Amino acid sequence: MDFSITEEQSALKDVISRFIDNEYDFERRMKIADGDDAFNREVWNFFVEQGFTAIPFSEQDGGLDGGNIEIMLIMKEIGRGLVLEPFLENIVLAGGILKRLGTVEQKERWLSEIINGEIQATVAFTEPQSRFNLNDIATTAKKQNNQFILNGKKSFVLNGADADLIIIPARTSGSQSDTHGITLFGISKLNDGVIFNTYKTVDGHSATEISITNLEIAADCVIGNVDEGYECLEETIDEATLAICAEAIGIMRSLHDKTVEYSKNRVQFGIPIGGFQALQHRMVDNLMACEQSESLLLWAIMTDPKNKRKSKKAISGLKYQIGTAGKHVGQEAVQLHGGMGISWELDIAHLFKRLSALEILFGNADFHLQRFINLSES
Amino acid sequence: MHTNFTPEEQNFEQEVQAFFKDKYPNDIKRKQDHAVPLMKEDFIRWQKVLFAQGWAAINWPVEYGGTGWSTVQKYIFANEMAKANAPAIVPFGLGMVGPVIYTYGNEEQKQRFLPDIAASNVWWCQGYSEPGSGSDLASLKTRADRDGNEYILNGTKTWTTLGQMADWIFCLVRTSSDVARKQEGISFILVDMKTPGVSVRPIITIEGDHEVNEVHFEDVRVPLNNLIGEEGKGWTYGKVLLQHERTSIAGVARSEYRLNRLKDKIKNANMTQPSLQNDSNFLRKIAALEIELKALEYTELRTLAAVSVGKAPGPESSLLKIRGTEIQQCLDELFMEAAGYFSLPYVPNQYSLESKEINHVGFGSDSVSSLQYFNNRKASIYGGSNEIQKNIIAKHVLGL
Repeated sequence: MDFSITEEQSALKDVISRFIDNEYDFERRMKIADGDDAFNREVWNFFVEQGFTAIPFSEQDGGLDGGNIEIMLIMKEIGRGLVLEPFLENIVLAGGILKRLGTVEQKERWLSEIINGEIQATVAFTEPQSRFNLNDIATTAKKQNNQFILNGKKSFVLNGADADLIIIPARTSGSQSDTHGITLFGISKLNDGVIFNTYKTVDGHSATEISITNLEIAADCVIGNVDEGYECLEETIDEATLAICAEAIGIMRSLHDKTVEYSKNRVQFGIPIGGFQALQHRMVDNLMACEQSESLLLWAIMTDPKNKRKSKKAISGLKYQIGTAGKHVGQEAVQLHGGMGISWELDIAHLFKRLSALEILFGNADFHLQRFINLSES
Repeated sequence: MHTNFTPEEQNFEQEVQAFFKDKYPNDIKRKQDHAVPLMKEDFIRWQKVLFAQGWAAINWPVEYGGTGWSTVQKYIFANEMAKANAPAIVPFGLGMVGPVIYTYGNEEQKQRFLPDIAASNVWWCQGYSEPGSGSDLASLKTRADRDGNEYILNGTKTWTTLGQMADWIFCLVRTSSDVARKQEGISFILVDMKTPGVSVRPIITIEGDHEVNEVHFEDVRVPLNNLIGEEGKGWTYGKVLLQHERTSIAGVARSEYRLNRLKDKIKNANMTQPSLQNDSNFLRKIAALEIELKALEYTELRTLAAVSVGKAPGPESSLLKIRGTEIQQCLDELFMEAAGYFSLPYVPNQYSLESKEINHVGFGSDSVSSLQYFNNRKASIYGGSNEIQKNIIAKHVLGL
């Protein structure tokens, strides 16, 4: 039994932590969020230079052979700093699909370029009707000679506006909710037949609705085998779920720390409000919610990934916790800050909004509690 | 980062499993499995089995007859004990007063008391709370006045668990009222329950059982050498004891055992009403509890890992106590909910001493579920109420 991290992992944590503290303060973050671009290229270049973008890939693929612990350390800091740069979309989502199923040629063409920061990428994992069901795919891909013709709609595509590569799951056989019959396609946004509608999201990020009409895709853009893309998609989304749970915990801790600090300085009725027992107990509840969430994150990370049922179950348990405990901590932090908690100028409001978005992303608490039950041994 | 055991720890785990399989008396196991309350004789017999194996004084150093186990070994043992559904060790002697005596007692006291505690020859009880001192324990009023080479004790202790079975009681008493802070002037004194002037009055609790008592002291004469440590320093000793108590009452392993039994019950048509098996609301409550409990298991492991590299179990033990007891009480509720109407029969004596038959109404132990539910409302009240635990965390962890 050992909960410590290695020296290399600790060094990695220090690099990103220092960067957040020194170069990515709240003011800069808000400038990026309010700007025309979805994120800041300089910051992304820093991530590339520091090797963050290479972490979860094998040496063979040009990576650093890192795993979930490294991703967790980075994502917690990304949470704490409310980082807008698309680490999740490029590295965990698109990179996750490519590292699992990409051919050598596809990895050279796409994955190496993602790691080098030459291209932006993402995965279009949901459709207007799918809600949180990854297998609910109405977008069709019909084989015609040596290519596929795609038709359909993809929703809430994160990093969609900037993505040079969008990985699109489409139905090549079966009915709308079958897990079999889903194929993954890598497409370039420059293709004709694709309409983009990009918008900002409440948490300062941005996303895109994509409409695809008679888009012709060459057969070499199929990632993995035809009809067999679901398992890889689910595994990648699970890994991404784990990542955003770490991000959420970074936010929760930040909200909790800032709230305790605020309560020591805010004086009402002649004493700091942290002296009131009614508020003390609520802050203790927040601390416990953070610790319990951290514990489940460690459980999910240490669950043997080879036991797929167990590791999926652990991730759903964790996401349920983030959906409930995260909501609690977020709402309480705002409440304890009083009117300041709902002011745009304070980071509390923006931490709360990002946390609220993460509660929904990849399935809310209800969805994951049901999945947790479905994955229990019968 | 991993939660694997070393090969030595794995061997130890097997050794413990074998012990519970071979040495845990069948008749006691049967009572435990059917939620029949144990008699004093059952507890003592079981603890003597543990003592014979050298495993009774789990937390004690080897020199006083303890196991000298590592934190991981203690964790393994607690887990296996829960999995076997063996009775928890009655804490007052082995878990509470023992550590205070070997830490703060003098040589004579160690030799006089520790061997009988280790061997479960003497049954201890705890004299902390008073009718006027619950959460505000330091306001206690039971007095010990010096008279020659004796103390004279006067006052009342309450909520004394299993005091009716006890041979000795350890007490926090006031030896001086002339103090700046009320935590000063409190002393830790051991009293033989047979001393003239000690009387025990039963308190019947909500479920109808006699588990706790009031203990009265009327001019009770106690030798000065029954004082542990220094006069007036009892509060410090008593607090150390409470931290041990809090970690152990989290009861993570036992809650896991109970959760698994609840899941078995839902799955098994002979153990529950069929309509419960497809009750998605109920299944969701169980799942939510399972997640919370898994989190607490890892919180406990993180605490153990910190302790095993030399950090003291600090205020975090309060967190374990709060969540641990909340989870226990949630399990109590779910068992009662699962029993439906069969939670309502009030049949206090389900076990016949003559025929050794168990007469439950309904499926399994359904008819005991409400008694357990009512009784265990105590969990969030004792050991320092959960609100007191939150005060402790607010002060010592959050710095408020």
